[in-house]
Amino acid sequence: MVTVSVATLTHRRRSSERDPDAATGGVYPGPVMSGESLYPRLEPLLAQVQKPIQYVGGELNAQVKAWDDVAVHWALMYPDAYEVGLPNQGLMILYEVLNERPDALAERTYAVWPDLAALMREAGVGQFTVDAHRAVRDFDVLGVSFATELGYTNLLEALDLAGVPLHATDRDESHPVVVAGGHAAFNPEPIADFVDCAVLGDGEQAVGDITDVVAAWKQQGRPGGREELLARLARVDGVYVPRFYAVSYGPDGAIAAVTRTRADVPARVGKRTVMDLDEWPYPKTPLVPLAESVHERMSVEIFRGCTRGCRFCQAGMITRPVRERTITGIGSMVDQGLRATGYEEVGLLSLSSADHSEIGQVAKELADRYEGTNTGLSLPSTRVDAFNVTLANELSRNGRRSGLTFAPEGGSERIRRVINKTVSKEDLVATVTTAYANGWQQVKLYFMCGLPTETDEDVLEIAELAVEVIRAGREASGRKDIRCTVSIGGFVPKPHTPFQWAAQASAETIDHRLRVLRQAINADRRIGRSIGLRYHDGKPGVIEGLLSRGDRRVGRVIERVWREGGRFDGWSEHFSFERWTAAAGAELAPFGVDLDWFTTRERTQDEVLPWDHLDSGLDKEWLWDDWQDALSEEEVADCRWTPCYDCGVCPTNGTEIQIGPTGRSLLPLTVVGR
Amino acid sequence: MARQPEGPPPPPTVQKLRLRYAKRGPLRFASHRDLARALERALRRAQVPMAYSAGFTPHPKISYVGAAPTGAASEAEYLEIGLAQRCDPEAVRVALDDSLPPGIDVLECVEAAEGGGSLADRIDATRWRIELPGIESAELESAVAALLAAGEVTVAKRTKNGLRDVDARAPIASASAGGAAGCAILHVVVRQVTPAVRPDDVVAALAAVADLRPPSPPRAVREAQGRLDDSGTVADPLGPDRAARARCQGEHAAV
Ligand code: SF4
Repeated sequence: MVTVSVATLTHRRRSSERDPDAATGGVYPGPVMSGESLYPRLEPLLAQVQKPIQYVGGELNAQVKAWDDVAVHWALMYPDAYEVGLPNQGLMILYEVLNERPDALAERTYAVWPDLAALMREAGVGQFTVDAHRAVRDFDVLGVSFATELGYTNLLEALDLAGVPLHATDRDESHPVVVAGGHAAFNPEPIADFVDCAVLGDGEQAVGDITDVVAAWKQQGRPGGREELLARLARVDGVYVPRFYAVSYGPDGAIAAVTRTRADVPARVGKRTVMDLDEWPYPKTPLVPLAESVHERMSVEIFRGCTRGCRFCQAGMITRPVRERTITGIGSMVDQGLRATGYEEVGLLSLSSADHSEIGQVAKELADRYEGTNTGLSLPSTRVDAFNVTLANELSRNGRRSGLTFAPEGGSERIRRVINKTVSKEDLVATVTTAYANGWQQVKLYFMCGLPTETDEDVLEIAELAVEVIRAGREASGRKDIRCTVSIGGFVPKPHTPFQWAAQASAETIDHRLRVLRQAINADRRIGRSIGLRYHDGKPGVIEGLLSRGDRRVGRVIERVWREGGRFDGWSEHFSFERWTAAAGAELAPFGVDLDWFTTRERTQDEVLPWDHLDSGLDKEWLWDDWQDALSEEEVADCRWTPCYDCGVCPTNGTEIQIGPTGRSLLPLTVVGR
Repeated sequence: MARQPEGPPPPPTVQKLRLRYAKRGPLRFASHRDLARALERALRRAQVPMAYSAGFTPHPKISYVGAAPTGAASEAEYLEIGLAQRCDPEAVRVALDDSLPPGIDVLECVEAAEGGGSLADRIDATRWRIELPGIESAELESAVAALLAAGEVTVAKRTKNGLRDVDARAPIASASAGGAAGCAILHVVVRQVTPAVRPDDVVAALAAVADLRPPSPPRAVREAQGRLDDSGTVADPLGPDRAARARCQGEHAAV
């Protein structure tokens, strides 16, 4: 071992200074028995911090298994605040899947706010799980689910608090294997130095395979140490171990080649795809926190994947093909989940829920079933489509119609053709008007700004649209108190999408367009006061862009930002653009590249992209053609309803589209009376 | 025109139940809002036939009385619920307790006696037990004596409107020291006044009069809530309901 990260050294020094016992072996003072609860030492700290409830666990449906009963211990982390992380479906699913195994246990850990982190460092208390308050350091695997790249600094903070070396190469076999998952894992290169593995695609089966490998390796007496364990993991389908791939750069700053350093690992790593969702009805017993969380409802994932082909949408591209849960599968998950949680609302979750082949029937039969029970049903933001209003009406049959959300994403018809989310202005206005006429008081419209080929005019059309919607809506509903909220965010080009080659709009461009949009909306006060505008400035998007399409050289930037105090970058009160730009300037200059090189620069067809050796199944040539189609404003259809257009996913992964209708219907529930 | 919910108005309240519950262990860090959310969900999960208010967002009929502060444990939290269907109080207690996470434990459930007055009217004081790790009981004893001897002890208290000076001495009905080596225990009965004088304020008062400063945060448990009677004890607020119940059962037996 050559280098040990500075942060880890200071951390150790801090703990040992305070407690002479620390010298006897463990990083932390006190007995070093694995899996021991840190709670007695944490409790006095909790009395001194904001919202202590987020650190104590004890949620309904949480599980605590005996440490010594199992071979493999997983700590699952969502690298953001508890209130954001707890409702995360992915984490809840893996938590249950792993805890159902007799040979494994899983506990959860979330990002610790700076007030508690400071006290923990002072007292020498390490990053802990909320379930049994065990030290993350004691676990075999630390799985971190990244929904957004802005969680990267929180990963470093958690590793440091845990007493785990920041750099994967500094870890020994006593340290947990750090595994990244989630959408961001499709380009884990910026965090390649800090993680041991990344899992591509669906986690349900992958975590089982990883558990098997770790269990066997431990049982055999850890042959070959950490290197051997990682080599075995690299042979698991969907698992990428960055250390076994070397990256070289050309004189222009771009990647020259990515080559594997061992013959026994795959040249390209493919993704995992769960094929039969009915076989994976998780979460069966969703966690219900005591603390308030961002979603006060339970969710049932009604299908996975999306082939609508929206060109900006990474989630749609990397989760192909579409796999539906059947109506009966949905019905039993809703029923079981409600009983297990006591929630009053169920969200029917997916990337585009109205596209489920049986959605009309699902909505009607669920609404029938829960009529008169004060149970609310909802669909997340939907496509602009009159059918969605019908659906929403059905789901809210006898409930309050407060708000309905549509996502046209692009302001003008032209830009909507570029992003392949075609809907005419007439249809859009008509749909929203129908919503108002049906008693919905508030409609929220989601847009993006900074899309490829976009001009000020495209964005200004959002204002026209909103004005027209309010005008027509007032007329159709006969009310003056209807509202339209325009929510708009800066577009960030993502890996594995047709826009992966695109130049990202600069923060100045985004801010300028938002400014002219605001002025246009406020031009007519009588209408403008019915329109709300919600937006974020363009700066965080630029950093997200750096982290999304970055390569391994960006890791130094992340580390520097963290060392300089960067945490919770998804929170505007913690995010510092200046810290990021200064760190990027300093760390990237030696490589002859800079922030703009990673963000506002358009890539050429022959450039080796940092994630080219990670295979989402999408054919790179198909993606490029789709990018060219975007530039010439040509649309592509949905392969669910038109012939396959060879995006590459199905043949690469041996998968196929799985949709209904099944023709089945929901059985009436037997009422459990008391 | 505004939509109205279709169908008849929700059924009326036919029975009121009063419950005592505890918040224990790590769940002492739950706030009142956290507890309220958990209780409402548990009532649904337990399928307790709650009465609801009318309208598009019907609310179950629940009223909470004098919640213990975040960070304080309690053996004596109270709430009253209105049911649309009569239920056996003990069955409701068991079902609700089963539906709550361990650490929020439903201890008692009695039917509210007709015309017996509100629960809130039966509560005006708390008996606290405050553990002071790192403090010896002799130390605490002299601090308590100083506190009781003082006429007024002003402490700065964080309220919604910023820091505010309050007299922490006046609401203290009684106080005594006990405990084992290394961890003194303060028993104190505090009248419920506005702004509330909480365990933290009592500890701050001890610091003010006797410079008693626990090295780590004190742990408070609310042991009882109720009316402070003339003898200085805190009466059981569910007592009158229980007595009425016994009386009425007695009458039935007599018939
Ligand atoms: S391979 Fe064909 S059928 Fe499969 S997702 Fe791509 S376009 Fe659709």
